[in-house]
Amino acid sequence: MGESALFNEMYAADGTVRPHYEIFANWLANTPPEKIAQNRHAADLLFHRVGITFAVYGEATGTERLIPFDIVPHIIPAVQWDRVSEGLTQRVRALNAFLHDVYHGRDILKAGKIPEQAILGNSQYRPEMVGIDVPGGIYAHIAGIDLVKDGTGEYFVLEDNLRTPSGVSYLLENRKMMMRLFPELFGMQRVRPVDHYPDLLLETLRNVAPAGTDMPTIVLMTPGQFNSAYFEHAFLAQQMGIELVEGADLFVADDTVFMRTTQGPQRVDVIYRRIDDDFIDPEAFRGDSMLGVPGLMRAYRAGRVALANAVGTGVADDKSTYPYVPEMIRFYLGEEPILKNVHTWMLGNPADLEYVLAHMEELVIKEAQGSGGYGMLIGPASTKEERARYRQRVLDAPEKFIAQPTLALSACPTFTDRGMAPRHIDLRPYVLSGKEVKLVSGGLTRVALREGSLVVNSSQGGGVKDTWIID
Amino acid sequence: MLSRTASTLYWMSRNVERAENTARILDVAYRMSLLTNDPNLQDQEWFAPLNITGTLFPFSGRHSIVNAREVLHFMAFDPDNPSSIYSCAQAARENARAVRGTITSEMWEVINATWLEMQNMDEDRMYARGVSAFFEWVKERSHLFRGVTFGTIRRDDAFSFHRLGTYVERADNTARIVDAKYHVLLPSVADVGGAVDYYQWSAVLRSVSAFEAYRKVYRDSITPLRIAELLILRDDIPRSLHFCLRDVYNILCKVQNRNSGEATRQAGEIYASLQFGTMDNIFAIGLHEYLTAFLESTQRLAGEINQSFFAPSLPTA
Repeated sequence: MGESALFNEMYAADGTVRPHYEIFANWLANTPPEKIAQNRHAADLLFHRVGITFAVYGEATGTERLIPFDIVPHIIPAVQWDRVSEGLTQRVRALNAFLHDVYHGRDILKAGKIPEQAILGNSQYRPEMVGIDVPGGIYAHIAGIDLVKDGTGEYFVLEDNLRTPSGVSYLLENRKMMMRLFPELFGMQRVRPVDHYPDLLLETLRNVAPAGTDMPTIVLMTPGQFNSAYFEHAFLAQQMGIELVEGADLFVADDTVFMRTTQGPQRVDVIYRRIDDDFIDPEAFRGDSMLGVPGLMRAYRAGRVALANAVGTGVADDKSTYPYVPEMIRFYLGEEPILKNVHTWMLGNPADLEYVLAHMEELVIKEAQGSGGYGMLIGPASTKEERARYRQRVLDAPEKFIAQPTLALSACPTFTDRGMAPRHIDLRPYVLSGKEVKLVSGGLTRVALREGSLVVNSSQGGGVKDTWIID
Repeated sequence: MLSRTASTLYWMSRNVERAENTARILDVAYRMSLLTNDPNLQDQEWFAPLNITGTLFPFSGRHSIVNAREVLHFMAFDPDNPSSIYSCAQAARENARAVRGTITSEMWEVINATWLEMQNMDEDRMYARGVSAFFEWVKERSHLFRGVTFGTIRRDDAFSFHRLGTYVERADNTARIVDAKYHVLLPSVADVGGAVDYYQWSAVLRSVSAFEAYRKVYRDSITPLRIAELLILRDDIPRSLHFCLRDVYNILCKVQNRNSGEATRQAGEIYASLQFGTMDNIFAIGLHEYLTAFLESTQRLAGEINQSFFAPSLPTA
């Protein structure tokens, strides 16, 4: 990936507006700045009123913040998107095939395509899942795949999120907000709709119900209202018309899951859980979990309840498994990967370690199991002391780290305190796998609001934008 | 409906109702205190809100004198007083957040916006805007919430448990207001007469928005016996005990489950006593004794509701 050239989503290298941004650019030029300023302010008020906030870990309990919303959309031409969409479908099919394989025949390990130790020794590998047949053989029903663009405008997969990916509520609310603030923009061009996502999700969840349940009772399980994504949990439950439950609302009897209702116990068939494997069942995993349901794994193993996503998906989205995804696509589907991976050095590999330690100031080094942008070293932005400290951490346990080139993330014009300026963005589409693989057009665009910053995570000052696929 | 959701909805509406009632009680105390120029008599008025809400004890633990400023702080803004308007607005918002998927977006927006505004409110701003204007605001937010609820929510269990909370809280409140003034409502003191009594009586009516209703129903001068009748036995006054318990009973019939027979029976018993009771009987028992017994029986009923609907049911073997 090129490091020098920065890809600007709206302007070509010669400064002209790219064709798919023309209508928006004209509209922007002809709309009084006061109206824009007024609507940006209105957006803030509306988000606050509607309570679209997220909790920030490490701050006082109950602290809620808005995710800054930027009104300049991330626009992608349909032709390009359709190819990306094919690539995503292909990738998620392969990841699901891989998950089924590692918990059954382990053909891919036997074929020597992935070192056995990398999978079976991974802390995210769940021996409890071996031999369990999940409905339809689907493990990652909801996948969030993070994409970035390099200097030439080609998409790369930065990360797969197959556990409990969040953010889809912002995708939906951002669109609602744009349509509320600037309805005229949607009359000028055809922007593909996204608001049927909850319907697709509900259909996906219905598809994976245990056999023999015609009208499955589906619930969304949340760790509770102090979780950072609680707003999203409540929002999705409401949009789908299903109960939002906490662990204490459920219990297991006769290997069957019930919820406690005002009319007595009611059987539950499918649980869309937004709580990590470690916490779902204190009998099977962490015994100190107050959030889970004792006996849930028993019911799951007995095939009496479906979990989405399945237990044990973390072994496939781990950063140390990521480099093997292209190989999975070739192995299971017999196809060439449509979407490329970012080159990744595995520091458990001595040659990679040597190279990375010699080029620390050029690379991004991450913990293989970290998330949320925490605990990574961005070489070019680091000081000598930071690099020295990080070097020591790496040397203590090199296999826990990976490194990638510093990505020249593409940039999109964004409103800042000092007018419009380019800011780095990424894109997270959400891929649903039930009877078939489905996704809504586009995804959640996250933007790094600080100048030059590459960290788009909302917990670290990132914002969001609406994403438009235009025909 | 999930037991936890039902319980949270019930408490959400109790908190909203309590905030409104507290604003009503404080507003009346404030208006009464303006009727006299004597600072000692003014301060006397501020015992009433503490007596009505049963908070004199926690109040005196932290305040040495009873006057407007201290009581208003304690009952309107004190975050450490769980019954203050501030605390109720906060608790209602926390409840609403926990059942956000069940209530309508409009209900959530009203309750969230109220809490956001409440956080920007303090005593200085209240005095600057006018004390009564603040109470008007609290009442308006409660009215708005009620209106939005009626206008948007599906008539399902969520609505039932929401209304159940409102009526249980309101019955408790009306009984306390009447009880706190029982001495001025006793027929034996009717002969005392005089302007102060008239204001006391009309204040009781105004605190439950029943002054105009009184005029319409009786088309006559205000007498303590009729006030008591209006607020206890009339079935067409939305804050009367009869009205509240009829709804409590009807809701319990609607949401009944295998364990709720006793709750329905208790509600029916109280409802029947209000439906077929007479003022002569009540005064024969003694107004204060009657209301004390009423408060006890509704508290028992609230405990029974909790047991049969909200307490997590045990796994069935």
